[in-house]
Amino acid sequence: MTTTPGTETTPVIPLPARAAALLTGLGATTTAASALMSWTWTSDFPGDLTYYGSPAGLQWLALTGGLLTLTLLLATHGTPGLRWAAPARSHNAVLLAAVGAFAVSWFSVIAIAAHLGGLANLDPGGWVAALGSLLALAGSLALPLDRRDRVPLRLLDRRLFLLVPAAPIAWFGAHAVPGDKPVAPVLTALAGALLIAAGLVVLIQLGHLAHTWLRPGTVRRPLPAARELPSWAEVLLIVAAFAVGLFAITFGIDTEYGELFTGYLLLAAGVVAALGKAGLLARLRALTVKHRPVTTGAAFAAAAGFPFTQTSDQYTSVAANILIFATVALGLNIVVGLAGLLDLGYVAFLGVGAYAAALVSGSPASPIHVQFPFWAAMLTGAAVSMVFGVLIGAPTLRLRGDYLAIVTLGFGEIFRITMLNLNGTTGPKVTNGSNGIPRIPDLEIFGFDLGKPHTVAGVELGRFSNYYLLMLLVTAFVVLVFARVGNSRIGRAWVAIREDETAAEAMGINGFRLKLLAFALGACLAGLAGTVQAHVSYTVTPDQYTFAEALPPNSAFLLAAVILGGMGTISGPLAGATLLFLIPKKLEFLSNYQLLAFGIALIVLMRVRPEGLIPNRRRQLEFHEADIPAQASGDAVALTKAGA
Amino acid sequence: MTTTDAPAAAGTPAAPAKPLLEVSGVTMRFGGLTAVNNVSLTVGEGEIIGLIGPNGAGKTTFFNCLTGLYVPTEGRVAYRGTVLPPKPHLVTQAGIARTFQNIRLFANMTVLENVLVGRHTRTREGLFSAILRGPGYHRAEAESRARAMELLEFTGLADKAEHLARNLPYGEQRKLEIARALASDPGLLLLDEPTAGMNPQETRAAEELVFAIRDQGVSVLVIEHDMRFIFNLCDRTAVLVQGQKIVEGDRETVQSDERVITAYLGAPLEGTTAATETDQ
Repeated sequence: MTTTPGTETTPVIPLPARAAALLTGLGATTTAASALMSWTWTSDFPGDLTYYGSPAGLQWLALTGGLLTLTLLLATHGTPGLRWAAPARSHNAVLLAAVGAFAVSWFSVIAIAAHLGGLANLDPGGWVAALGSLLALAGSLALPLDRRDRVPLRLLDRRLFLLVPAAPIAWFGAHAVPGDKPVAPVLTALAGALLIAAGLVVLIQLGHLAHTWLRPGTVRRPLPAARELPSWAEVLLIVAAFAVGLFAITFGIDTEYGELFTGYLLLAAGVVAALGKAGLLARLRALTVKHRPVTTGAAFAAAAGFPFTQTSDQYTSVAANILIFATVALGLNIVVGLAGLLDLGYVAFLGVGAYAAALVSGSPASPIHVQFPFWAAMLTGAAVSMVFGVLIGAPTLRLRGDYLAIVTLGFGEIFRITMLNLNGTTGPKVTNGSNGIPRIPDLEIFGFDLGKPHTVAGVELGRFSNYYLLMLLVTAFVVLVFARVGNSRIGRAWVAIREDETAAEAMGINGFRLKLLAFALGACLAGLAGTVQAHVSYTVTPDQYTFAEALPPNSAFLLAAVILGGMGTISGPLAGATLLFLIPKKLEFLSNYQLLAFGIALIVLMRVRPEGLIPNRRRQLEFHEADIPAQASGDAVALTKAGA
Repeated sequence: MTTTDAPAAAGTPAAPAKPLLEVSGVTMRFGGLTAVNNVSLTVGEGEIIGLIGPNGAGKTTFFNCLTGLYVPTEGRVAYRGTVLPPKPHLVTQAGIARTFQNIRLFANMTVLENVLVGRHTRTREGLFSAILRGPGYHRAEAESRARAMELLEFTGLADKAEHLARNLPYGEQRKLEIARALASDPGLLLLDEPTAGMNPQETRAAEELVFAIRDQGVSVLVIEHDMRFIFNLCDRTAVLVQGQKIVEGDRETVQSDERVITAYLGAPLEGTTAATETDQ
């Protein structure tokens, strides 16, 4: 085995290798088997986990986690017939799968106990799941894992730990003040903030301790060459992978209660990480690169197939909104990811497109009493948005970095406030102010009314399914534009400007013109999405287009989707937007703590994957330089001289 | 202000056959500070001209005046008889390419992409052409790639075309900067300290490269501190001290000049103002 400097392959818990493998296997099997038992006695807990022999909701997740752990364990040990499942031969994959199974089992058990008020509500199945997943986790920690050989540095300043005793004292102190004093709520709020800060300190310290104990690392092993398959088999594999992906995503969107979605996210994170470590994702990527048209077609087909799996409008409306959000995020990715222009007011362009479409939609509230056909409305929205992009970009793009961010933030707000003021009293009557433009009629494309259900191939497609499919075409168009422009003379010039504007200009690139082009193209694509959005949501109001809010789309969320998903890629913002749309929606069961949990989730994501969920090759290298094979340089002398 | 077919500068010692770049009386002041003071220089076709001087003499500032990064306070820069506009991208388009003293590659692009960016001014494919991808687009893209690969072959980086620029060793980053500059098909190449930080073997290789560039018909104006490099290479050498050109000529003229020796030994020059070199 090749050794990578700074890493070792050792167990965290010292146990004989055979015992560790047995323990993991036993634990994983038990976890999977527990799904066939009753977890709680009453159907009061969402999902009804009371049946023997018939898994439901969270039990399916535990079953998946357990089986995956077992499969990866057997595959890593080279069981004939399963070796394909873990080409990288890293036990870390087993550990990650076990962590996923453990997280979902323990989350379920704790949620049952909390929801129904006590551990007494657990049936044997719940206990078995908890114990089994714990055994699997312990066993996998005793497997020879890839680890760093050094302990990472301490993270926090020692003085911050003073917060831990100080916060509860402040809390009780604040409550000792009589409630009728005017300072009482202020004190309580301050003490609350202190408590949260102290909680974060403790969390970070615990994470640090876990990190020092586990020291997870990456040992590079060359992936064995994949077995040669006929190309039809490879295409079938890609199609199968997309079918599984579609199923997994549909499952996530369809989750009917927050607990199931949280469990789903926990397991999904573990499963994806495990498959990545096992080397399966690398294999899949190699396949998709080899058959790119098939991959694109399969992805599109999978997305187009979604409405056919739905029986009501409930989730197709969510999906249509996700597509709108994702398309705008992809447009923003041109501006931020390619050209490197930080735009904090991007949602305004979506608003411009939506308002333009609403005004020419024939809505009775619109002062312009015209009804454009669908294609003309779309072109109008895109064109007006592009004009606004140029108008805003022309003066601001002479600024760089932080200044540009501040000015775009300002313009985003100016748009919203202007729309508020064009209400007939504080300005000319165009937009009806805060009432917005209501009753926007449904689109009709060549006699096809998108507002009415239609039956296609025996499946009834409702209003939102229609819009979802229309929006999918728009998304496909934006993806096409992004892919083609990104990999062209213009796209390269944008990346060059992002990397070093002075050098780019010295290479003959007209920086201002190209930045304006990026801004205008981004605005145009957002406007295009806006025209559909106006019709999907019936009403256009100014407060749909704020800088930050609890729900997407808004400028902050758009930027977060791009950065979380992966700057400069196509699938990144799509994935980021989907997650950012679903997480707040599905965290609603946390009520008051929804935003806190969301914030923590974002921090954790950025800590674990600063380059985004689906990074492009460049960003990956940027953040994980240590993992790059060292270049044979041989001019250390030159380097030291150059440093002078 | 266009002067057509200006007569070759009569005053210069070895008058070039056909002037490519004519700099006359360029002065650059930053507030009260005169970084470049009334410098004139002519580069002929197929010449290699050296520019030397102690640290802070104003060499890089002078370069920046030529390439449009700075707008000179006074003076005139003409290329092939046409006065250059003070915009870097227009200067490049006119046919002057440059490298930077502190390497400024597009670090997170591949080696090939870096050179392709250099082709920007010599290609025309716009946004719609990129979206529609007609036959013209494919032809232009293939031509750009072929030319870029040719340049990578020329500088010896062809086998690293798909590496990230940031991962290249130092010497190869210098070469890549030159390849990227050559991609804009310049008539004149400005090299700002191309051998800084190189060991003797690499410096010799750089010499060969500069000669090879000249043989392709590109004139070169090079700033250097390495005297052996300069005198091996250059047809003429100008010496810049405290913003002023004190002498210009061949090896013997420069080496025997009293003022050059004084300047390099650190004695102050009488009757000049203090100057500084403004690096990027």
